[in-house]
Amino acid sequence: MLEIRNLHAKAGNNGILRGVDLTVNAGEVHAVMGPNGSGKSTLAQVLAGRADYEVTAGEVIYEGKDLLTMAPEDRAREGIFLGFQYPVEIPGVSTTYFLKAAFNAIRKHRGLEELDAVDFLALIKEKTKILAVDQSLLNRPINEGFSGGEKKRNEIFQMAVLEPKLALLDETDSGLDIDALKIVANGVNALRSPDRAMLVITHYQRLLNYVVPDYVHVLVDGRIVKSGGQALALELEAKGYDWVKADAAMAQPTSA
Amino acid sequence: MAQVSEELDRYLSDFERFEKNGASRAASWVHELRKAAIARFAELGFPTTRHEEWKYTAVAPIAKVPFTRVGDDRPMFLSWALERLGFGLSEGARLVFVNGHYAREYSSLRALPGGVRAGNLAAALADDWERVEPHLARYARYQDHAFVALNTAFIEDGAFLYLPAGTVVGDPIHLVFISTARGTASASHPRNLIVAGHNSQATIVETYVGTDKAVYFTNAVTEVVVGENAAIDHYKLQRESEEAFHVATLEVHQGRSSNFGSHSIALGGALVRNDVNVVLDGEGSECTLNGLYMVTGQQHVDNHTRIDHARPHCLSRQLYKGVLDGKARGVFNGKIVVHPPAQKTDARQTNKNLLLSGDALIDTKPQLEINNNDVKCTHGSTIGRLDEDSIFYLRSRGIGEEMARSLLTYAFASEIINRIKVEPLRATLENLLVTRFQQGLPMEATP
Ligand SMILES: Nc1ncnc2c1ncn2[C@@H]1O[C@H](COP(=O)(O)OP(=O)(O)OP(=O)(O)O)[C@@H](O)[C@H]1O
Ligand SMILES: [Mg+2]
Repeated sequence: MLEIRNLHAKAGNNGILRGVDLTVNAGEVHAVMGPNGSGKSTLAQVLAGRADYEVTAGEVIYEGKDLLTMAPEDRAREGIFLGFQYPVEIPGVSTTYFLKAAFNAIRKHRGLEELDAVDFLALIKEKTKILAVDQSLLNRPINEGFSGGEKKRNEIFQMAVLEPKLALLDETDSGLDIDALKIVANGVNALRSPDRAMLVITHYQRLLNYVVPDYVHVLVDGRIVKSGGQALALELEAKGYDWVKADAAMAQPTSA
Repeated sequence: MAQVSEELDRYLSDFERFEKNGASRAASWVHELRKAAIARFAELGFPTTRHEEWKYTAVAPIAKVPFTRVGDDRPMFLSWALERLGFGLSEGARLVFVNGHYAREYSSLRALPGGVRAGNLAAALADDWERVEPHLARYARYQDHAFVALNTAFIEDGAFLYLPAGTVVGDPIHLVFISTARGTASASHPRNLIVAGHNSQATIVETYVGTDKAVYFTNAVTEVVVGENAAIDHYKLQRESEEAFHVATLEVHQGRSSNFGSHSIALGGALVRNDVNVVLDGEGSECTLNGLYMVTGQQHVDNHTRIDHARPHCLSRQLYKGVLDGKARGVFNGKIVVHPPAQKTDARQTNKNLLLSGDALIDTKPQLEINNNDVKCTHGSTIGRLDEDSIFYLRSRGIGEEMARSLLTYAFASEIINRIKVEPLRATLENLLVTRFQQGLPMEATP
């Protein structure tokens, strides 16, 4: 589904991704962990099409297409969803209006009939129930005045409505209490299916108790330096990242 | 007055014709008023950009065109135009003026409570002048403002509303000003007077439109007297055609415990100047001024507000928002003057601007003049562009870039739109804005 090859990206003069290789197949859940500033969010944002980052080398193939030449909206219409680490507040645009515009843009792109206001409202009301999201959220402006936890839940709610093929979740579990975490995890698990895939960025093994990954990768200084199964996450939680960094330095003595 | 320019001369001789013709039937106090006003206009002349209040707005284009008042010309298609403008179905009373003249056949005065006088000023000057004379030209100062002087010199027609004490008018009263220039450079000087008695309540909607793309000039003055404990909501929707010049003054005088709201929406016109002046002249009175200007192309829109806090315990709130695209230019100049007796004044003023293009320009100048130390006043202004993080957020959900920009622009404007309590007006505006953003066109009025 997704193939990232030797991806290099920079912001300004600052090289951030320095050769990421990663293959994600349909049906898989991949967790990406790594120390602060290692480039996890940058990877997610580059995949979603953020123009602030310049790709200097490498390629990304998504469902057989060259992802990097596509506009952000086209990536979304092709099934990519980014759950933001820091969701944006947009005063003046109601969540319902926004989601309907997004939902129908995606439908239209796929040659499906657009949903009218009544049907769409029924659909999202259903989703609020499943995710235990307060219905008042629907009429509120996007994320305006939301707490950190509410914003994260709103990201999962949007994901549930838009039903992406490939979800990139950037620290959607950070700052959540255990109840909210379970709701987020349920939202993620509800979407798991053989034709969907997920890339879950997290600092905490805690989420992985609920969303069991097929693979765990460690990103350090813009490279994936170690990959493994769920056990790797436990090991990272117990021992920190220093040992992986040391291992990585040994494996690649020429790198700076 | 040695060098009265050619431009002034034109207005002076137009004034002589005006006084000789139909206008001569007016009472002598009206004549005296007009003469005093034209004399003052001759002294003041058209303001130049050296004038502090006109620093960013050059009115030479208005002065240059030989505008003349036109007669009572009502094209056949007018009722159709009114339908298209959404007035066909409107509830409540409606007074229509064509090129400054009252058009009785398009007006409707049904559903007004007894005692309310709603009609045209020309008729009131003839048969109800005792109610007009104590107020007309007592508030809008022709002594200081050249365009008010010009309007006062040509006082003839406009709307006259009189609400006796205790009257409540539920449905909005619409005042519609239509210019049908059709080739001639026509000028109109609508003059409106609204007198709201004690404890009265009403909503008034002024709409300015043109049915033709030709150059014309609207120079309007509205005086509002808000009696003790009265509540008046005033809306102005300016949708002049894209070649038009529009200069208008709204002058409000408030009594004790009264409440006044102004909502000024400026969309059309090539060169636009709006003055809104409020004198809070009664203890405990309150006013809210909302404004929205959305311009593009070569449009120029200048909003001036002035609030005089003259008595204690008065409150004023102002929020003006501007969206400027193309090579449009905007000016906001808001002045709050707190006079010595006005202790416990609570005044707040905000001006926010959104620039959609690199060539659009805004000059914003909030001013405070405080002559009392027991006050709470804040003011501020911002100039910004669309937030790139927000655009990316929307696009990352599948919303196209154009749509994302429209949505965010609409969201910016909606803060003012949402304050509009007249439902059909709000709907009209929402439609206009959506069309505007989808097509990137100037929001002129041509039906
Ligand atoms: N737009 C940008 N311009 C300049 N530098 C950037 C930009 N975005 C990220 N960086 C820098 O790149 C590095 C990686 O940032 P990134 O946000 O991808 O890290 P992260 O792994 O997500 O960290 P965290 O765990 O704290 O979220 C950091 O040093 C950051 O300061
Ligand atoms: Mg991050």
